[in-house]
Amino acid sequence: MSAPLLRVEDLSKRFGGFVALDTINLQVQTGERVGLIGPNGSGKSTLVNCLCGVLRPETGKVHFDGKPIEALPPHARTRLGIARSFQLPRPFASLSVADNLRVPLLYTVNARPGPPLAPEQLDARCAELLQLVGLADKATHLPRDLTQVEMRKLELARAMAAEPKLLIADEAMAGLSHAEVDDILALLIRLNEAGITIVLIEHIMRAVMGFSQRLIVLVAGRKIADGDPQEVVRNPEVERAYLGE
Amino acid sequence: MRTRTFLVLAVGVGLLIFGASRFVHNEYYFFASYVVLQYVVLATAWNILGGYTGYVNFGTAAFFALGAYSTVAINKLYPIPIPALMIVGGAVSGIVGLGMGYLTLRLRGAFFSIATLALAVVLQTLITNWDYVGGSRGAYTIPPMKVPLIGPYIEYLFVIMLGLAVIAVVIARAIEHSRLGFGFATIRDDELAAEASGVPTLRLKLIATSLSGALMGMAGAPLPYYVTYLDPASGFSLAYAVNSIAMPLIGGTTVWLGPVIGALFLGTIQQVATVTISSALNLLIVGLLLVGFVIVAPNGIVGLVQARLRRRGQP
Repeated sequence: MSAPLLRVEDLSKRFGGFVALDTINLQVQTGERVGLIGPNGSGKSTLVNCLCGVLRPETGKVHFDGKPIEALPPHARTRLGIARSFQLPRPFASLSVADNLRVPLLYTVNARPGPPLAPEQLDARCAELLQLVGLADKATHLPRDLTQVEMRKLELARAMAAEPKLLIADEAMAGLSHAEVDDILALLIRLNEAGITIVLIEHIMRAVMGFSQRLIVLVAGRKIADGDPQEVVRNPEVERAYLGE
Repeated sequence: MRTRTFLVLAVGVGLLIFGASRFVHNEYYFFASYVVLQYVVLATAWNILGGYTGYVNFGTAAFFALGAYSTVAINKLYPIPIPALMIVGGAVSGIVGLGMGYLTLRLRGAFFSIATLALAVVLQTLITNWDYVGGSRGAYTIPPMKVPLIGPYIEYLFVIMLGLAVIAVVIARAIEHSRLGFGFATIRDDELAAEASGVPTLRLKLIATSLSGALMGMAGAPLPYYVTYLDPASGFSLAYAVNSIAMPLIGGTTVWLGPVIGALFLGTIQQVATVTISSALNLLIVGLLLVGFVIVAPNGIVGLVQARLRRRGQP
């Protein structure tokens, strides 16, 4: 087996006396689709923030693509190839929808080694991404004109614009209808087929089960299960965490 | 419009103003327009940090006075021409801007603003206690009567400030239309999302504080020649800070034209009020206008016009 794309070793994060993450160990292989679930407050978002550099864990190591990244600021991690979408969409409110996508193109794709994209290529790339998520007719609108679903699509498109190796989708589907969830799932699976490794954090079990090749369960800051989704959901400890004794 | 086209245009406007000023023989107009132009520079400089990245700087007076006191200090050492003094003043204020940014940019919102205000107080105390530049007694700078080719010294100062105003506006507009401008806007909108999109927010904010501080310092460098007597209380006057915030807010903060309009509008009103009503009335006018604009046109004059144009565009 080749080296994993993401390797987390003994990661711990505490807020004051509260232990949010307790010696987490996990690996994600290149090309994998991993689901990350857990009850509210179990540390999922904290884990994402530690992986993306927004929070600094007290202890532990994070390796991405063979390099240690725990000392890097968030933008440097994005440039290495970790992109995320936020749980609550955080668009750049004063920029048009197309310009929202231009930011990662200018600051991530063009910051990587190799010839930068020319202005026409940038325009083309924005249009292409908007087409992909179905926002082409909203290109010149401001984010405040978008619906909640469109906002989430913009959030994903912006993460995709950074051309990541690993995409961390933090509850990209919360609050969406059945059909809309399917829409976004199909989009994520297409991305995965194009070679992007995806970690999906989600509460909607139908979506997680349909998407994940492997499932990781966090409860109260600890990883209690990691493996085949069908087996994991039958795990008594997982059942207890979700349904109680 | 490309930046180069705009540069040519801006220089053209500058030359036009200069040409028109050749027909003016009353020195008062030069004294008055110098102050207005100085505020064009200060408001534009403030807007690079405050308008583009959204970090409200209350320390304009500190950067401005540092430029002025650099001139005092260097002139005591070895007098050099004003353009060179402006470069030195700009460098000093730019470096202080960088240092201040490094210390304070981890603070957000009001906390950053308070820190900049504190910086102004600390620097004023330092200058007040520094005898070499006159301390609290102040320092005299005696300009020559006339300058070859241009004439009276105030006309020379006017031309210099006009040139600096053109430079400041061209820089501000170039930023707006560049990758840097996009980065600044993302910082203003959402820093967390900016970092997640690969924007090195700390570095960009440091560029903004340095550039903004440097332009303020350059605007302050000719001040000792203009006032001929400079003391810390007038150099660090809160009026500079208040005006350079009020002008972009009244003009509009998101585009380069905003601070220019605000400075021309407010600066001119202040000059007129000074000679017609009273010199103490200045800040009262600023305050009233600011309150009025915050209520009627929160996006400034430019925002008001843009909204009207948009409404007209839609049937």
